[in-house]
Amino acid sequence: MAALGIAIGGSNWFSALALGVTLLKCLLIPTYHSTDFEVHRNWLAITHSLPISQWYYEATSEWTLDYPPFFAWFEYALSHVAKYFDQEMLNVRNLNYSSSRTLLFQRFSVIVTDTLFVYAVHECCKCIDGKKAGKELTEKPKFILSVLLLWNFGLLIVDHIHFQYNGFLSGLMLLSIARFFQKRHMEGAFLFAVLLHFKHIYLYVAPAYGVYLLRSYCFTANKPDGSIRWNSFSFVRLISLGLIVFLVSALSLGPFLALNQLPQVFSRLFPFKRGLCHAYWAPNFWALYSALDKVLSVIGLELKLLDPNKIPKASMTSGLVQQFQHTVLPSVTPLATFICTLIAMLPSVFCLWFKPQGPRGFLRCLILCALSSFMFGWHVHEKAILLAVLPMSLLSVGKAVDASIFLILTTTGHYSLFPLLFTAPELPIKIVLMLLFTTYSISSLKTLFRKEKPLFNWMETFYLLGLGPLEVFCEFVFPFTSWNLKYPFIPLLLTSVYCAVGITYAWLKLYVSVLTDPPVGKTKKQ
Amino acid sequence: MEKWYLMTAAVLLGLIVRWTVSLNSYSGAGKPPMFGDYEAQRHWQEITFNLPIKQWYFNSSDNNLQYWGLDYPPLTAYHSFLCAYVAKFINPDWIALHTSRGYESQAHKLFMRATVLIADLLIYIPAVVLYCCCLKEISTKKKIASALCILLYPGLILIDYGHFHLGFALWGVLGVSYDWDLLGSLAFCLAINYKQMELYHSLPFFCFLLGKCFKKGLKGKGLVLLIKLACTVVASFVLCWLPFFTEREQTLQVLRRLFPVDRGLFEDKVANIWCSFSVFLKIRDILPHHIQIMISFCFTFLSLLPACIKLTLHPSPKGFRFTLVSCALSFFLFSFQVHEKSILLVSLPVCLVLSEIPFMSTWFLLVSTFSMLPLLLKDELLMPSVVTVMAFFIACATSFSIFEKTSEEELQLKCFSTSVRKYFTCFTFLPRIIQHLFLTSVITMILLTIMTVTLDPPQKLPDLFSVLVCFVSCLHFLFFLVYFNIIIMWDSKNGRSQKKIN
Repeated sequence: MAALGIAIGGSNWFSALALGVTLLKCLLIPTYHSTDFEVHRNWLAITHSLPISQWYYEATSEWTLDYPPFFAWFEYALSHVAKYFDQEMLNVRNLNYSSSRTLLFQRFSVIVTDTLFVYAVHECCKCIDGKKAGKELTEKPKFILSVLLLWNFGLLIVDHIHFQYNGFLSGLMLLSIARFFQKRHMEGAFLFAVLLHFKHIYLYVAPAYGVYLLRSYCFTANKPDGSIRWNSFSFVRLISLGLIVFLVSALSLGPFLALNQLPQVFSRLFPFKRGLCHAYWAPNFWALYSALDKVLSVIGLELKLLDPNKIPKASMTSGLVQQFQHTVLPSVTPLATFICTLIAMLPSVFCLWFKPQGPRGFLRCLILCALSSFMFGWHVHEKAILLAVLPMSLLSVGKAVDASIFLILTTTGHYSLFPLLFTAPELPIKIVLMLLFTTYSISSLKTLFRKEKPLFNWMETFYLLGLGPLEVFCEFVFPFTSWNLKYPFIPLLLTSVYCAVGITYAWLKLYVSVLTDPPVGKTKKQ
Repeated sequence: MEKWYLMTAAVLLGLIVRWTVSLNSYSGAGKPPMFGDYEAQRHWQEITFNLPIKQWYFNSSDNNLQYWGLDYPPLTAYHSFLCAYVAKFINPDWIALHTSRGYESQAHKLFMRATVLIADLLIYIPAVVLYCCCLKEISTKKKIASALCILLYPGLILIDYGHFHLGFALWGVLGVSYDWDLLGSLAFCLAINYKQMELYHSLPFFCFLLGKCFKKGLKGKGLVLLIKLACTVVASFVLCWLPFFTEREQTLQVLRRLFPVDRGLFEDKVANIWCSFSVFLKIRDILPHHIQIMISFCFTFLSLLPACIKLTLHPSPKGFRFTLVSCALSFFLFSFQVHEKSILLVSLPVCLVLSEIPFMSTWFLLVSTFSMLPLLLKDELLMPSVVTVMAFFIACATSFSIFEKTSEEELQLKCFSTSVRKYFTCFTFLPRIIQHLFLTSVITMILLTIMTVTLDPPQKLPDLFSVLVCFVSCLHFLFFLVYFNIIIMWDSKNGRSQKKIN
């Protein structure tokens, strides 16, 4: 420990921050964990005890393997450490097994793999230069950025309480972004290809990667006005990029292609049988849509315009069942959500092609893609907001406008994660941790941009302050009212609708700022 | 003043650590028939709620004093009474007479933990924050850093069983050091009435206030102040003890419960002189009872006398804080019937001098947590202990950069070594020695912890490791006692020499 102390040597704040949050993660070990814990235990057992040909067919547990092959290999590697902790957790038939050693191993596997995330944050801090402000350490953009990323509330509760491996996956994404900033495009592309084969949800941001690499890497030069110079196209670069993607995919999917199992793998990866909204409504466009539908159906019933017998039963308990049918508005099909997502992404991708602004422009496009898919995607989980929140942190220390968008997005996005933790012992943790992160992020960014105009207008301030009463109502008042038994879904509905407003607003504001931003070429001329 | 959000962050961090640690196991969980301190606190709620106040401290068919009888002063009893009211509102089973003994459930654990957290939030944490804000001559950054470190001190977090008395004592220190003497003495009286162990701190309070009165002149303002103080103290005591003053027997019974002199020189394994010494010689069995009391009294008295005299003659807030440390430490080391947890009473004043001598304070606070290792292991708190100790250490090391602050000046040993150098001119190696001692001590503590956790003690010596822990900690505490006394004794000379220079 003394050696540790000398190593951190007083002034090295980054390692202190990283170690501090790691210790906090260790303290969170005995907290509640969701069914995702059993999901990952089951995957450990599948990959450890069955041959590859069985991985995507095994269905003893309801939590079948539905991540791409690299993640399966990752679990396979973990299982070889797990056997020294408790052999029993590696048995496929041992459903819902959670001995204290299993718990310890699983929790530590998340904490240890987070090292990649810490490294990625370190790299990001090196290459992002934010606004220069005070000389004090706590006012430096790098310090603020590393706190915002390392101590991110969402990651802490989703990974270390709820249980998932988002830390190292986000680490891979941040690392690939950092590589783009460092002009190591090949490495960035490789990392992203690997990431895609770890978790396919990152397909949502793939358009940003593809267009950016094609426009700013394969085309080596621009005309003076910023538009494309067609003759600067480099075939070598395109082919080497293609080769990287091809090799990574071959490594991942090759074995299953050889076994002729590719259709089975894909049917596991893209299950369209699930409903439009997840069990808890993610705060996106469809939450607003469903809420509107519910309001209309209630009004319709009051005014006797609708026949009560024709209304599906499930709609009154919705939020608690997976399938959800709309009563007044047309029901939404997967294809419709797919088209909506695509349309929502298009402007940002066009912007990236026609107004290239270097890695920063790419980052904006990536966030917009992530947010658009969150807004309109099929069966979106509220955890997916982290996909936008983490990259947005990188932008937040640069410009006041971005900081303001970041704060609205993060605060509402994080608040929408509250229903994930519903047990009493975790209530103080989530509230205090949320307060900690929110006060820190708002105050530190305010200090950073104190010389510019205020970050929030009165409407935004009012909206953010409204989250407090909402929390008090949902967790402390509502359970004691008589409605609790009759309409148990009301807190969830209120939370997701309220947060959906904020996230939609942040998404629109970011879109406006991206589209109205003058291209780099023009600003240089002026 | 823009940095107050960092202070908020420090407080919230302290709260999170407290709550997450409290999710772990508690003292005596699932260990009938006696359970542990947790059951004691619950039992007090049961007793105070169901019995009339006259029977609280008396043995009866409803109140078996052998089973966690009430042995704290009245304020703690009232506090339990208040908690019991809330408990009854939630679930009457928790405090039902007789039938609730050994009651354990998830919800009840949550309730007990919440009472502790709320009390911390209301009394202890505001005191810490206010104390750090009022510190003089240091930057805002250092104020926030010391608040963070004090709030992260693992000893208090791990032995969380309501530190109301420490909270009140802290208010007392705060009041007295900033010249709100009446408020300070009132707060300190409340502290004593929460837990009699606060008497460890009473002598410095007494000497400091007396010294202040002397300074103002015993015939003028000083006398007025003295009378005011006396009235405050008497009034607050009378108020707390009012229900027990009705009969003489009541008062005596409470006092007998508070000071159980018949229990023996020490219990379990304590890192004080008597316990460590009995490894070589079983004093407890050799000497008669009253002589044990006499010896321990004499040693305690002699060891704290110099510092107290100094404080009475030259009262200063700084001297007051250091005397608090050395007196509490003397009591811990030499007095009669000491419990391991009493080291927390020494740790609190050490926390207060954290910003003045960061290196030595951090060291002491680490040792103090280590000395409770057997207790923590018994409660199955190994994991949270290691984690919180490391967090505390990192917080101290980064915010005070303690390893660069080991010069004579920063150890406050300048005057001492100057005066030693008058006799031994080659006395310049002190800082280096202290650095080496620190390294050795940390390595010893780590090794002992690992050994205790992994190895099984030999059959003949089942307590080998806990005795070793006590012995090592005791050596440390003796060293710290000497160190703090040196600071106190050479401090005023420093002040005088500075005046001469001026």
